[in-house]
Amino acid sequence: MPDSIIRPWLSSKARLRLDRRTGRHLLLYPEAGLDLNDTGFDILRRCTGGQTTDEIIRELSRTHAGTPPDEIARDVRAFIMTLADRGLIQEAR
Amino acid sequence: MKTAYRPYTLIAELTHRCPLRCPYCSNPMDSVCSDTELDTETWFRVFDEADALGVVQVNLTGGEPLLREDLDRLVERAAERELYTNLITSGIPLTFERLRRLKICGLNSVQVSMQGAREAAADSMAGGSFFSRKLEVMRWVKSLGLPLTMNAVLHRDNLDEIEDVIRLGERVGADRLELANVQYLGWALHNRTALLPTREQIDRARTVATEAKRRLRGTMDVCFVLADYYADRPKACMDGWGRRYLVVNPVGLALPCHLAHTLPGLSFDNVRHRSLADIWDQSSGFNRFRGEDWLPDPCRSCPNRTEDFGGCRCQAYHVTGNPAAADPACALAPDHWTIEAARTRAAHVAAAPVLFEYRSMRRAARD
Repeated sequence: MPDSIIRPWLSSKARLRLDRRTGRHLLLYPEAGLDLNDTGFDILRRCTGGQTTDEIIRELSRTHAGTPPDEIARDVRAFIMTLADRGLIQEAR
Repeated sequence: MKTAYRPYTLIAELTHRCPLRCPYCSNPMDSVCSDTELDTETWFRVFDEADALGVVQVNLTGGEPLLREDLDRLVERAAERELYTNLITSGIPLTFERLRRLKICGLNSVQVSMQGAREAAADSMAGGSFFSRKLEVMRWVKSLGLPLTMNAVLHRDNLDEIEDVIRLGERVGADRLELANVQYLGWALHNRTALLPTREQIDRARTVATEAKRRLRGTMDVCFVLADYYADRPKACMDGWGRRYLVVNPVGLALPCHLAHTLPGLSFDNVRHRSLADIWDQSSGFNRFRGEDWLPDPCRSCPNRTEDFGGCRCQAYHVTGNPAAADPACALAPDHWTIEAARTRAAHVAAAPVLFEYRSMRRAARD
């Protein structure tokens, strides 16, 4: 298991969908799911293999201008690794 | 009155029929192979109503769900409702072509049950020659790009081969491995003496599983399901009664868990006669053990009550005779001695040959 993911890709076992009851998004995978906040969804919808983690951090720093960039970098990396531990995010091939 | 709880997962027990005869089956011992199973249209309505209630996952299970000839149409309907569909199966009877079709219909993941890692013993447990076919089914699942969970049920006779089970999971490329210690309900409770492992077996297996979980992190999610007979605290059964899970059984009873209707004094409704939303919110059976008002001593003042929700109601009833008793698996429960006695017995019979009764179907009417 690597310490970081360069180009994150949402595993095929996970599916993002809108939760019509709350207006938030859910990440569904076998037998479980995560209720995502807006930032979580903002990160995951970019995990298509098309962007690097660094690029995702730069984009989020622009849209979340009130938060210090190093805080965003730390949070994004931690979030991606938490999901990678569960096999929900992988390195894009 | 509307309840504060929302069901996230529908457990759709499509049938109690099954080609396997595992003696640890947790289905009710009086399951019948009658022709009273819900029809396709009613399941369609159940999925629609579940979606409206907030359900986002559906486990298509049984019995063996593959015995339903309308399975592909049921998957298709669930997928139309954007439900994440898990097929919980023995893999028997299945063809590659049918699995491919289920995927096209929108199936999201497959869980295959294994009776162990060694062919002869596994087949003896399952009551038929299925092992090699199951391996093939798991290969099909992977070749179609579907996520695979391998579920191995562990008991006294196969717990010591846990390393082989883990290796088998790795070999077939399982994304998730459930090392599921038998839950002593239904047929398993009937066969408890033959199935219950010793504490040494459980402790060793847990150590092996923990190490495998660490080693395989990110590749195969290894999940060692709590052996509640050897835990100090009970399992959070169904994440709490009527909190997140909704079971609809083959004949249409809507239940908080698949054995809830075996508890005396509770009444449950059938989806044929009442909407799922009505049942979820208002049925007396669903409300009976919701929240904390019903909790017995010592649960009502226990700091763990928000984590285990008082444990398993079916275990309380089937072991103590009282469905509202503290789960005897808990070391603080007044009836915990019953579990201790079963453990002592397991230690004494550890070297004796396993004798158990195969699961069989009871017919509703004599024929």
